[in-house]
Amino acid sequence: MSGTIVDSAVFPNQTNTMAADISGQMLDLDEDDDLEVFSKQATRGSAFEFEEEEASDFKDIFVTVDNPESHITAIETFITYRVLTKTTRSEFDNSEYEVRRRYQDFLWLKGKLEEAHPTLIVHPLPEKFVVKGMVERFNGDFIETRKNALHRFLNRVADHPILSCSEDFKVFLTAQVWELASYKKQGPGLLSRMGETVRAVANSVRGVKNRPEEFTAMQLYVEAFSNKISSLDKVTQRIVKEQKEYLGELKEFGPIYTLWSGSEEELVGPLKGVAGCIERCCKETEEQVNQLSDTLVPTLHEYVLCSESLKAVLRRRDNIQAEFEAKNEALATKKVDQDALKEETDRLEDRVEWANSALKGDWGRWQRCMRGDLKSAFITTAQKNIDYYEKCQAVWETFLLSQRMDGSEDAEKDDSS
Amino acid sequence: TCIGRESNPGQLLGSSTLLRRLEISVAEAEKRTGKNTVNMQETFTVYLIETRPIDAITDGHNPAPDSLWRRYSEFELLRNYLLVTYPFIVVPPLPEKRAEFVWHKLSADNLDPDFVERRRVGLENFLLRVASHSVLSNDKILYHFLTEEHEWKEVVYETGFQAKADSRIKALSATFRVKNPDKRFTEMRHYSDELQSITSQLLRVRARVADRLYGVYKVHGNYGRVFSEWSAIEKEMGDGLQSAGHHMDAYAASVDDILEEEEHYADQLKEYLFYAEALRAVCRKHELIQYELETASSDLVSKKHQREELATGMVRTFSFKGMTNKLFGQEAPEQREARLGLLEEQIVEGEETVKEKTSECQEYVKDAWVDIQRFKEQKDRDLREALVSYAVMQISMCKKGIQVWTNAKECFQKM
Repeated sequence: MSGTIVDSAVFPNQTNTMAADISGQMLDLDEDDDLEVFSKQATRGSAFEFEEEEASDFKDIFVTVDNPESHITAIETFITYRVLTKTTRSEFDNSEYEVRRRYQDFLWLKGKLEEAHPTLIVHPLPEKFVVKGMVERFNGDFIETRKNALHRFLNRVADHPILSCSEDFKVFLTAQVWELASYKKQGPGLLSRMGETVRAVANSVRGVKNRPEEFTAMQLYVEAFSNKISSLDKVTQRIVKEQKEYLGELKEFGPIYTLWSGSEEELVGPLKGVAGCIERCCKETEEQVNQLSDTLVPTLHEYVLCSESLKAVLRRRDNIQAEFEAKNEALATKKVDQDALKEETDRLEDRVEWANSALKGDWGRWQRCMRGDLKSAFITTAQKNIDYYEKCQAVWETFLLSQRMDGSEDAEKDDSS
Repeated sequence: TCIGRESNPGQLLGSSTLLRRLEISVAEAEKRTGKNTVNMQETFTVYLIETRPIDAITDGHNPAPDSLWRRYSEFELLRNYLLVTYPFIVVPPLPEKRAEFVWHKLSADNLDPDFVERRRVGLENFLLRVASHSVLSNDKILYHFLTEEHEWKEVVYETGFQAKADSRIKALSATFRVKNPDKRFTEMRHYSDELQSITSQLLRVRARVADRLYGVYKVHGNYGRVFSEWSAIEKEMGDGLQSAGHHMDAYAASVDDILEEEEHYADQLKEYLFYAEALRAVCRKHELIQYELETASSDLVSKKHQREELATGMVRTFSFKGMTNKLFGQEAPEQREARLGLLEEQIVEGEETVKEKTSECQEYVKDAWVDIQRFKEQKDRDLREALVSYAVMQISMCKKGIQVWTNAKECFQKM
């Protein structure tokens, strides 16, 4: 039971009977939660205790990406990242693995996952290049940001009930560098991949005729979502920019009070006090801007990329349906090779059904993830802003207190004189 | 001589200030149109000055105030009169003529209602300061300004104060050429330069900070719009997003009040920017009087030397007249007598002048130093209070921010 049913690397090429079994079972499931339960049962088998309350929190594979290192060869310079895996899954021979991977390897993995599961939603990778310029490729911040994004990518795959069982994923996590290189060379050759691409293009040009309503609704949603999330990304980046400019001016403001205190006698205390307060507020402002840049901006940006992934998923689903529709028409019109055509058409029909249910199942999952991620990012931002204002308020209140105390001291002096 | 002292003999008896006897306010502002000096139509603003004798306000009595309208130029005229008449006083400044140190959203237009309102407050502040000053408040022209609408200008001009004004060049030149000014005044003049420079720097940077702060807050308004649009396509997240959006709009809008309050702080700084100029004027006047004294003294000395030369025939100093006398023969005894006589007269006059100037200088130093001390105490009090009020404003801004983001966080949690 374990390992065979949802083994993704093998799945698309299953015989009709197997596909029919699976698709039948999957179509019965309405709840996303049930899908999760189903797949976990399939993969874990009886080796583990199954606690119903923690079903969705049950995590048996932990992946981290860290420790970027640069490598210089005669031909090129590139960065590798350490990928650490800890797992109790039985498909893995060991419980811990440490390998080094470069960006190209991640790209390969994503491609393989999408190839095997064209209608599952794979988390996006950070962009290949920074738009501003190639020279900045190896800048510290860029590497840190990319490392974090790669970490999130792998964790999303590891958390996915179907994708995490992929053989390609396992190889990615466990193989040594040379092992991975030779593994990559297997699989469909260049010509057959090209053939696939040509077919895909032909299908997309042809267009799909009877798209089910729910996928049209999905498409409309994705377009609107993409639009909104891009706007939010831009707005947030603008806020960061404005906040940095505000900080720049504020940094010039405080020192003037200090300069002034040099000309005064009685006012030295309050002037230096105000200068100090402004300086403290500058530090808090800087921290607040960093938080925005480190948390909210990357999250929003990732969902901009996500929405592009979603569009691609919907296109691929359409293509699968278009291919079936083409064959179906051929079946209706051609008189020869009816048996072979019928077999082919049935296969394609099953493929469509499987693709649709995979997408439907994953759609809810994706929405929950999106909701969780964005909610958490906005809550963190709001909390940081609260912290920022609370700290600044405390700074100014301390100053006020010192002035009131001085004031009452003076009043006492006046009384006694 | 100081005109002020002559026309206010009552001052020596320690009179109480005008403000203790009269309630003064600048209650309103209105736009008017009229013909100006070159007979062209212009729009200008007039301000309503209301006054009420304090002893008329008793229990049960609440009489209507007397009032009259004045425009800014009349305030300027009053102040110029006070500057010339009381050069030893640090005369309170008027609010600025034109809006300066403006951050971009604020209007630089003199007819803008916010500007007019801030000017009204500034003019009232000016009158209250003048009317509570122990010397200035007793001035008759001031009282006339507050109580008689018509023909006040004529009365001011009749005092002939404009003729007594020192030329700027004279004052400036004295600053450079005076030899023994009172060190305290020289230091005070340096301080006034520093104060002016610092406050103008501060005002400039503050305006830039305000500009940037405005930008940060207003961009958040975009969150409001996008959250609202996004909420339309979401099911579970819709309500949370929608209400969070409203709070973002509120956040963006809150900056307007914040910055309006801060304008008051800027106005307090501006007042002392202009006060610095008034302080410098008092120090310069001292240098001028001192310079005049030094000039009178050295004139006297040189006249005495000339007398000595004539009397004894000894040439103390080189002069062409002396040389020509030697070359072409001396003058006749009668001519010499005449010249000697003239010199004696001039010396007597000169000694009077020096005596007058010396006493003028001493009195000026005494009176001016008293007012400078008063000014210093007032400045320390006012600026400390301004700094405290700035802190209060910052705290208020922080509290608003906490409120908004706490509300937003609650909405996000409902997403």
